Amino acid sequence: MRKWLLALAATALTSVSLAQGKLEIFSWWAGDEGPALQALLDLYKKKYPNVEVVNATVTGGSGVNARAVLKTRMLGGDPPDSFQVHAGQELIGTWVVAGRMEDLSSLYKSEGWLTKFPKGLIDLLSYNGGIWSVPVNIHRSNVMWYNPAKLREWGVQPPKTWAEFLTTCATLKGKGVEAPLALGEAWTQQHLWESVALGVLGPDSYANLWNGKLKFNDPKAVAVWDTFGKVLDCANKDASGLSWQQATDRVVQGQSAFNIMGDWAAGYMVTTLKLKPGEGFGWAPSPSTSGTFMMLSDSFGLPKGVKNRTQVLNWLKLLGSKEGQDAFNPLKGSIAARTDSDLSKYNAYLQSAARDWKSNKIVGSLVHGAVAPESFSSQWGTVMEIYLSSKNARAAANAAQAIADQVRLGR
Amino acid sequence: MKWLRNLDSLVAVLTLLPSVILLAIFVYGFIGQTIQTSLTNWGKDPAQALAINPVLQFVGFENYKELFSGFIHGRFRQDLVNNIFFTVFFVGGCLLVGLSLAIILDRSPKGEGFFRTIFLFPMSLSFVVTGTIWRWMLQPAGGVNQLPSTVGLPEGQFAWLTSRQQVLQFDWNHLPLFTAWLIGLILLWIGVAALRGGEARRGWIALGSAALLIGWAVFIGPRVQLLPFPEIHGFNLAFIGIIVAAVWQMSGYTMALYLAGLRGVPEELREAARVDGASEVQLYRRIIFPMLAPITLSAMIILGHISLKIFDLIWAMTGVDNAPTEVPALLMYVTTFRSNKIADGAAIATILLLLVALVIVPYLYSQLRGEVRR
Repeated sequence: MRKWLLALAATALTSVSLAQGKLEIFSWWAGDEGPALQALLDLYKKKYPNVEVVNATVTGGSGVNARAVLKTRMLGGDPPDSFQVHAGQELIGTWVVAGRMEDLSSLYKSEGWLTKFPKGLIDLLSYNGGIWSVPVNIHRSNVMWYNPAKLREWGVQPPKTWAEFLTTCATLKGKGVEAPLALGEAWTQQHLWESVALGVLGPDSYANLWNGKLKFNDPKAVAVWDTFGKVLDCANKDASGLSWQQATDRVVQGQSAFNIMGDWAAGYMVTTLKLKPGEGFGWAPSPSTSGTFMMLSDSFGLPKGVKNRTQVLNWLKLLGSKEGQDAFNPLKGSIAARTDSDLSKYNAYLQSAARDWKSNKIVGSLVHGAVAPESFSSQWGTVMEIYLSSKNARAAANAAQAIADQVRLGR
Repeated sequence: MKWLRNLDSLVAVLTLLPSVILLAIFVYGFIGQTIQTSLTNWGKDPAQALAINPVLQFVGFENYKELFSGFIHGRFRQDLVNNIFFTVFFVGGCLLVGLSLAIILDRSPKGEGFFRTIFLFPMSLSFVVTGTIWRWMLQPAGGVNQLPSTVGLPEGQFAWLTSRQQVLQFDWNHLPLFTAWLIGLILLWIGVAALRGGEARRGWIALGSAALLIGWAVFIGPRVQLLPFPEIHGFNLAFIGIIVAAVWQMSGYTMALYLAGLRGVPEELREAARVDGASEVQLYRRIIFPMLAPITLSAMIILGHISLKIFDLIWAMTGVDNAPTEVPALLMYVTTFRSNKIADGAAIATILLLLVALVIVPYLYSQLRGEVRR
């Protein structure tokens, strides 16, 4: 039945266009991110005019819906030629361990990418001696956003450490700011957690959480929850009803002083709200994480058994090239994964992020799929819920360790 | 004439065959497959979860045991509690609002047809639309909380969808105790009613089982520990907003059901009761409500199975990963399609199926039996 349908679909398609090949790109870049993807697709079409490119997008922030569709397609034996996936464990823990992806090490060698991408990034993409996807962009997770004019009015400085943050929070509360920290729905709370964890643990211990060397119920890791609880007390009470944009709005409008969010917030403030980086909004690494770049990245890989392998390899080559990355990223509001990109194409925020990308220590994000497989990160909500409903740091830490054991985190 | 009859039945069989085959595969076959999956360890090992040919092992009822007693599955248990509270309040609310509206409309006020359409209208929307509208209205600073300020009162402060407060809390470990008491008391009531009605055998059986259950609850029940630790569950106040939206959507439908029932009560009966000196209140209590009992039952079944399977409304109102307003159906989606724990998801789905079956099968059974008798 499926074969028959496929045959029908194939004849229908070939009768429409007699292109030499086909390439189906599966992603969740629709809406605001659509133009960036289109720039890449246009570039591809210019280079390979005879290939018919099918742009298959499934909307939904962070790919929540796209990933479910992708799974049904892969399980149904109909893999897209190349699909977007968060670089790191989200790809490795789901698709690489299941033996569904091809190793791209040879592509990295032939294109000379091993020296063009930072080593910390290559480490996150590697597993079992292979490199499994090509990163297109880099976002930073540990950024604290603020409104410079409002901070001057309140007479406070952006805090450098979490201890300072809590003092500043108390000061601001004294001045009548009800919620100095702006927070949104469930995943933004998890996002805040990873910044707190990185700040409290430092980059090495933070990385050890994910390779199993540091247990979640170790006193050091339990301490993260204590700080997290205190930080949460600074946040707005209606958080779970707000999207991340609405949380950012609170800072822009001066209802809150700070917001910890990935740097797509810069894209939102520059493009949608028309604010000028450095004037309309300011940024700093989230407290206690200066010198560390918590990254997440969108990447594309090569599933086994695709119909148009050559076209996919050409696509991946384009994605990893300087030309491709510099066409895509200024529009997307992210920086290039390569360290040799042309900075003049980027705005002030992105230039500063690119400088940090070259010099900082690199760690990966939990919520955005870099350091933990989906089987772990998607259950992180359960851990958060245990903490939020009981305020019991030890219970949450035990639950996190139980889940880590169950999904064999870091093994 | 015999061949004609045979031809008739042949045609009947042939006409029914396609739908029987399709049902057998796409409903019962897949139910079977889901149950089978729930008895395996599919998803425990990430390497097998999405492999082309996953190697699965039969683990029996391990997944179910984990769901009901495992430490990290507390979320499932809270979801189950959420769903049961939601069902009780949603069905109760719909019946109450629907019946009130139906009684008002039954008295043929001016513009009855107009109001009937208005009240029935929400039903034509999909839950996603309803959910989105109500989500906006119930925002912390949104419409409903602003409403009092239009008449000069202070703004409402209630966190409709974001509250983290819990009421009616109980310890999961006491669940068997409560269940035993509840069923015991119901059996007691059935037994007494049966004895009064002269059905001695049925009455004594019911009384005997009631005594057994209540005896268990008094002597053994308090010592039962399901979990090695106390686990508090309760009714999350964030559900109030969702219940309001769901009742808004479905009470018009309940009203239509009741209205049909009320119109089915013969005018002669009402008049006879009035002639016998019954007051309006007595008329409703003694004559009309008892005649509406079958409608209440149908409405409860229809609403009950909707609320046990509720998914899209909550998805639209508070998102899919918001634990305080989660139900097993949403957790099943997250577990299967995000965590890749396919066997666990199948187990949750099977539990949901059993819950819905618990509501529907006795109803179908009694309906079918009634029809055969006729």
